[in-house]
Amino acid sequence: MVLEAVIVLLKAGFIITVALTFGAVLTWVERKQSAVMQDRIGANRAAILGLRVIGLFHILSDAIKMFTKEEFTPARGDKFLHTLAPALSIFFALMTFAAIPFGDTLRVGNRVIDLQVANLNAAVLFVFAMVSLGVYGVVLGGWASENNYSFLGGMRASAQMISYEVTLGVSVIGALLIYGTLNLQEMVRYQGHMYAGWIPRWGILLQPLGFLLFLVAGIAETKRVPFDLPEGESEIVGYWVEYSSMKWGMYMFTDFIEMTLLSAMASTLFLGGWQVPWLMPDGFHFPWATVPLPHLAVVVLQVGAFLLKVSFLLWLQMLIRWTLPRVRYDQLMAITWKYLLPLSLLNVILTAAVLLVLR
Amino acid sequence: MRIPQSERELTWWEKIYLPEVVRGLAITGRHFFVNLARHVLHLLGFNKVPKGAVTFQYPEEVRPISPRLRTVHRLARRADGSPRCVACMMCETVCPANCISIVGAEHPDPNIEKYPVRFDIDLGKCVFCGFCVEACPEDAIRMDTGIYDFAAYTREGMILTLETLLSLEPAPYVKVPPQDRAADPGPIHARKGTVAPL
Repeated sequence: MVLEAVIVLLKAGFIITVALTFGAVLTWVERKQSAVMQDRIGANRAAILGLRVIGLFHILSDAIKMFTKEEFTPARGDKFLHTLAPALSIFFALMTFAAIPFGDTLRVGNRVIDLQVANLNAAVLFVFAMVSLGVYGVVLGGWASENNYSFLGGMRASAQMISYEVTLGVSVIGALLIYGTLNLQEMVRYQGHMYAGWIPRWGILLQPLGFLLFLVAGIAETKRVPFDLPEGESEIVGYWVEYSSMKWGMYMFTDFIEMTLLSAMASTLFLGGWQVPWLMPDGFHFPWATVPLPHLAVVVLQVGAFLLKVSFLLWLQMLIRWTLPRVRYDQLMAITWKYLLPLSLLNVILTAAVLLVLR
Repeated sequence: MRIPQSERELTWWEKIYLPEVVRGLAITGRHFFVNLARHVLHLLGFNKVPKGAVTFQYPEEVRPISPRLRTVHRLARRADGSPRCVACMMCETVCPANCISIVGAEHPDPNIEKYPVRFDIDLGKCVFCGFCVEACPEDAIRMDTGIYDFAAYTREGMILTLETLLSLEPAPYVKVPPQDRAADPGPIHARKGTVAPL
């Protein structure tokens, strides 16, 4: 019993460490990738003993800066809620990682450990529930600041997230119909099968439209640039106008962690999660050869593949964030209600029809 | 007022937005990979490759300036070292910012009308229009020192006196081929030699 608890704690510790590390490194990636894309060098001045390490120490200097800055609460604002809001935001973002399977099973002795913190049967519902609860952090922060601009930002956030959550949910239904389960681990296992013995049965091949819709709605859900209306620096600054120091930093961090979460979900649902093409529990089964591998190597490869897929999607999101301009608010609403939602419904109907014929 | 409209209607392909998004991502993605490869090659010591960034890392790496750039003023000297200025007040009169103040006195040489006893330029007021250089009949005031980092802690520190103005030298002349990043002459302290033809 104690051993079980320790194992769960270790798994939770691993996934939280990974999520926080991704969040921290993303602050550096955001600067550096944008710089490289725009023919610049980017932040490179933070140094320890003259060592710059391509600007990686900026993560550290940012943390020191944010922890030592003045923590400001508006005089007429609600002090309790103002402090609670960013904590809520980051709490729900981190909670969600509990349902993400980051590997297959690990055998230690005769104990089989499932590499997932909580193997929920309705994991997809859990993830969407947690993500929508995350809106409360934003709305509360906007409301408790007692500032019209931050209130407007909070309202925009709630309207945007409710709208895009519909598309986000419906875009996944096609995949759910194919997998026939709400359990994320089972979904990933399903994607390990092959077509004709060599084409991996990944969700993106079965549901290309679903993947696209999920990605677009997900980017809107994380409030990143083409859809960053709640923040909208040039117009309202948004729900975090009245935030400073690490309370602001937590909002910023939530954004990055939500990006990681979106990437993790997208790779679990559509990119085969921890699946490596042709890797079976006992080694590689290429169509032309078989390479046996020890159990530990297989597990490491699988977890590594999952992290690689997440990293690739994060890179793609950064590329999108630094390429596209922000949409107007009416365009934002038009995109989801007039185009994305009908398309996702069409996707569901088509998938259901095809499945009806095939099965 | 007629608001200028785009001449061309968007095609259906452009209106569905997604292909255009992909096109944009391809452009920025190409920049990303090309620059990344160049950065990596430079790190590995292949310095012939064009640089991955156009940035000049300012305090260490000074951007080559055009010889036509108007920078801090200086006063030209005669062969004997005395100021070429004849205190005619043309520059003080033409200055739109009123930043030049001259006190003139009679010159011992009857061929030269006057000489400046005081010649102050308040850089805190100067707008670097270059009118003083244009107005000067003696070609005595010039703006070719190449100095543009002249900040001071006090207002008085921004005022250049006659002695300072006479002591400044013209910037070394370096011809930079336009749009040629590979031909970057490097930091300013490393490129001595050729001097601007006056």
